[in-house]
Amino acid sequence: MSSTPASGDSQVLHLAGELTIYTAAEIKPQLIAVLESAAEPAVDLEAVSEVDTAGLQLLILAKQEAQRLGKQVRYLNHSSAVVEILEFCHLSDRFADPIAS
Amino acid sequence: MNLERALQTFIEESRELLSAMEDALLALESAPGDGDAINAVFRAMHTIKGSAGLFGLDAIVEFTHVAESVMDRVRSDEIAVDESLIALMLRCRDHLVTLIDDLASGQQGEHAAVGAALVQALQALLGGGSNATVAVATENAAPQPEAGANATTGEGVGNDAWHISVRFAGNLLRNGYDPLSFVRYLATLSEILHVEPVTDALPPAQEMDPEECYLGFEIRLAAGPAQADIEAAFEFVQDDCSLLILPPHAPLTDYALLIATRPEADEQLGALLVSCGALTEAEVAQVLSAADATPELVVAATPAPAVAPAAAPAARQGREATTVKRSSSAIRVDASKLDQLIDLVGELVIAGASAEVMARRSRDRNLMEANSSVSQLVDAIRDSALRLRMVEIGETFNRFRRVVRDVSQELGKEIELTITGAETELDKSVVERIGDPLMHLVRNAMDHGIETAEVRVQQGKPAAGSLKLHAYHDSGSIVIEISDDGRGLDKERILAKAQERGLVAAGQTLSDQEIYGLIFQPGFSTAEQVTNLSGRGVGMDVVRRNIDALRGAIELDSRPGVGTTVSIRLPLTLAIIEGFLVGVGEAAYIIPLDSVVECIELDHGAIGQQNYLNLRGRVLPFLRLRELFHSRGQPARRQNVVVVRYAGQSAGLVVDRLMGEFQTVIKPLGRMFRHLRGFAGSTILGSGEVALILDVQDLIRTATERHCHAAEIAAECVETV
Repeated sequence: MSSTPASGDSQVLHLAGELTIYTAAEIKPQLIAVLESAAEPAVDLEAVSEVDTAGLQLLILAKQEAQRLGKQVRYLNHSSAVVEILEFCHLSDRFADPIAS
Repeated sequence: MNLERALQTFIEESRELLSAMEDALLALESAPGDGDAINAVFRAMHTIKGSAGLFGLDAIVEFTHVAESVMDRVRSDEIAVDESLIALMLRCRDHLVTLIDDLASGQQGEHAAVGAALVQALQALLGGGSNATVAVATENAAPQPEAGANATTGEGVGNDAWHISVRFAGNLLRNGYDPLSFVRYLATLSEILHVEPVTDALPPAQEMDPEECYLGFEIRLAAGPAQADIEAAFEFVQDDCSLLILPPHAPLTDYALLIATRPEADEQLGALLVSCGALTEAEVAQVLSAADATPELVVAATPAPAVAPAAAPAARQGREATTVKRSSSAIRVDASKLDQLIDLVGELVIAGASAEVMARRSRDRNLMEANSSVSQLVDAIRDSALRLRMVEIGETFNRFRRVVRDVSQELGKEIELTITGAETELDKSVVERIGDPLMHLVRNAMDHGIETAEVRVQQGKPAAGSLKLHAYHDSGSIVIEISDDGRGLDKERILAKAQERGLVAAGQTLSDQEIYGLIFQPGFSTAEQVTNLSGRGVGMDVVRRNIDALRGAIELDSRPGVGTTVSIRLPLTLAIIEGFLVGVGEAAYIIPLDSVVECIELDHGAIGQQNYLNLRGRVLPFLRLRELFHSRGQPARRQNVVVVRYAGQSAGLVVDRLMGEFQTVIKPLGRMFRHLRGFAGSTILGSGEVALILDVQDLIRTATERHCHAAEIAAECVETV
C-alpha cells in the first residue's frame, strides 16, 4: 500500500492485498489522511485481492467522510473482488464511479 | 453438517420432547391451570415443528403447526384445558410418536387418515381461526402464490419474497465473524433478490473503530426456504445479531413494526425497503402515515426492541428454548462411547489386579505401595465410569402414568398411581430391559388385582384403587416394588391349579412364599385368562425369565383382600462386581461379594455325609462345589463353607480355599456355555487364568431343593420303617 501524490490536487491512495478485518486498522488512517489532505482524493483498488465486511465498511465510511468534508472521493480500477462485493450489496450505484473491471 | 446424524439428533430430541409433553398433559389432568405444563406442551409442538422444517418434513411441520396453534390459544386462555383437550393432545402426541418412529425406521406407514382426523379435530377447536392457520401453515412449508390473495384484502404486502432485516453486534468482526458471509450463505437457500446495506450506524470517521461492525442489512430472499432455515443461517451469531424475518406477503403491520423497531430514521429505512423491493412507495407511505396517526404502535414497539414482530415471536421462543437447553450443564454423549469407556475401565481393572498380584509377589514394599495407590485410583475411576451410565428410574416409572391412565379408563376403574423413589439410580443397560417386565406387572395389577369401584366400596375400601411404584437401593441392588391394594392372590386356587397341572404333589405342604412362587412357573396358567388367578399367571414365567436374565430376583407377597406387592431385586450394574475368590480343586471361582454373609470352617466330624449343617441353631443346607463341579484331585484337608444369602434365603458353599476379595469384570459366557446352570459369567484373573462367576441365586435354589428332597426321602424312609 502506498499513497502517491499525483499531479495537482488529486492524490491517489493505492490499496493492495486484503481489505479485511486484518488490515482495516492499518488502512483506516491512510484513507482518512488522503481524504483530509487532498482536494480530489482517489483510491486505487486495482490490487485489492479480498474485501470483507470490515473492508466494505471502510469503503462506505470514506464515501461518507468525504461528503462530510464537502469532497468527492473516487474509487479507481476496481479489482474483481471489489466489484463482486459492491454488486452483491447493490452499492455500485451509490459508488457512482465508473467501475472498470 | 452430517445430515444423517442431525436427523438422528432430531429424532432423539423429538422423542424427549414428546415424552415431556406426555408428562405435562398428564400433569394438566390433575392441575388444568398449570402454566408450566401448558408451556411444555406448546414448546414440544413448536420445537418439533421448527426442527422438522429444517429437514423438510412437511407432514410433521403441518401437523405440529395446527397443534401448536391450539396450544397457543390455550396459553392465551382462549381455549380451556379440559378432559377432551387433553385426550386430543395425547392422541396428537401418539400420532407424532408414530411419525417419528417411521422416520427412525425409514418406513412410511399409512397414518395420513389418523393425522387428518386429528387435524380436523384440532381445527374444530380453533374454529374461525382456521383460515389464518392455513395461511401461516403455507408460510412455514412453502409459500404458495395463493397467499397473494391476502394482499388484495389490504393485509399482506405485495412482496412475494422473504424479507430479512439484520443488525449485527459491534464485536462480531473482532470475534472473527464476517457478517457478510452469513448474508452470502442465504444464497444457498434461495436466490438473493436484493441486499441493501444499512450504514446509518457508521459514526464520523474520527470516532469510527475500523474493527467494529456498524453495518446492517436489509435482504430480500426469494420464497422457498422455511423460516427455520433462514434462522439457521444466522445460528452462529444468534446472540450477536438482531434478526427480523418477514414471510412473503407479510402483513403491512409487520413492516410497520420493523420500521418502528429499527433505530434508523423511519423515512430512511422506508426508502431502503423500497429500493430493496420489499415495499412499494405507496405501502411505505401508508406505514409512515399510520405510524404518525397511531403513535402508540411505535411506543409499544420501542421499549422492547428485542421483541420481534408478529411473524417472529414464535420463532423467538423456539430459540429461547434451545438456548436454555444448550446452557444446561448436561451434554449428550453417544451411549456406545460410554460402553466403550466402561469396557476399557473393565480391562483396566483386570490389568490392575494383575499388577497387584505381581507387586505382592515381588515383596517390594515401594512397588506395593505405589500399586496400592494406583488401585485406589482405578477403583475411583471404575465407580465414576459406572456412575456415568447411571440413570434415574423415574423416567421409566413416568411412562406408566400414561399406561395407568389409559388402562384404567379402558377398564372403567379408577386407579391412582403413586411413584416414590423416582430418583433411585441404576445402570442404563438394566433400565432398558426392565420396562417390559414392569409393564406386565403393572397391567396385571390393574387388570386383575384392583377390583371395580362397586366391589371396592362394598368391601369398605376407597373407590379409587391405588397402585404404587417404589424403588430403593439395598446392599448393592436396586429393589423395585409394584404394589396394589386390590383383592390379593387366592392361595387355595393357586394350589389347586398347581396340583391340577402336576406342579405340586397332592398333600405336599408349602409355605405361602412357595405357593406364590408357583405362579412364576412356566405353564402354570395358560388358559382361562378371564379369572383373576389365571390372569395373574399369564406370562409371569416370562417376567421371571427377564428378571433372571438381569441377574435379578422376583418375589411376591400378598394378603387376601388387602393387596399384592411384587418386589424385583436387580443388580445396580451388569458390568463389574466385587467378588470373593474361592478355590475348588485346581480352579478358581468367584462369588459376588454382596451375597457373601460369612465363612466358617467345615467340621467333617460333625457333618459326615449329610448336606446340611447347624448354623447357630438353624438348618443351613449346603452344596459341595467339589462334587457339584466334579473337580479332580484330593479335597483339601480343611474345607470352608461360604455362607451366601440372596433374597432372604441362605445356603452354604463348600470350597477348598478362600482367596479373598477380588474386583471382577463380568464377561458373558459364550453361546456354547449359555445353558450351564450355576454360572453367571466369567472373568479373567490377574494371573491370566479364567475364573467362573457363580450364580448364587441358582445355587441356593439347588441347595434348598436337594435339601428338601433329601428330607422327603428321609421322611419317607421313616414312614416305611
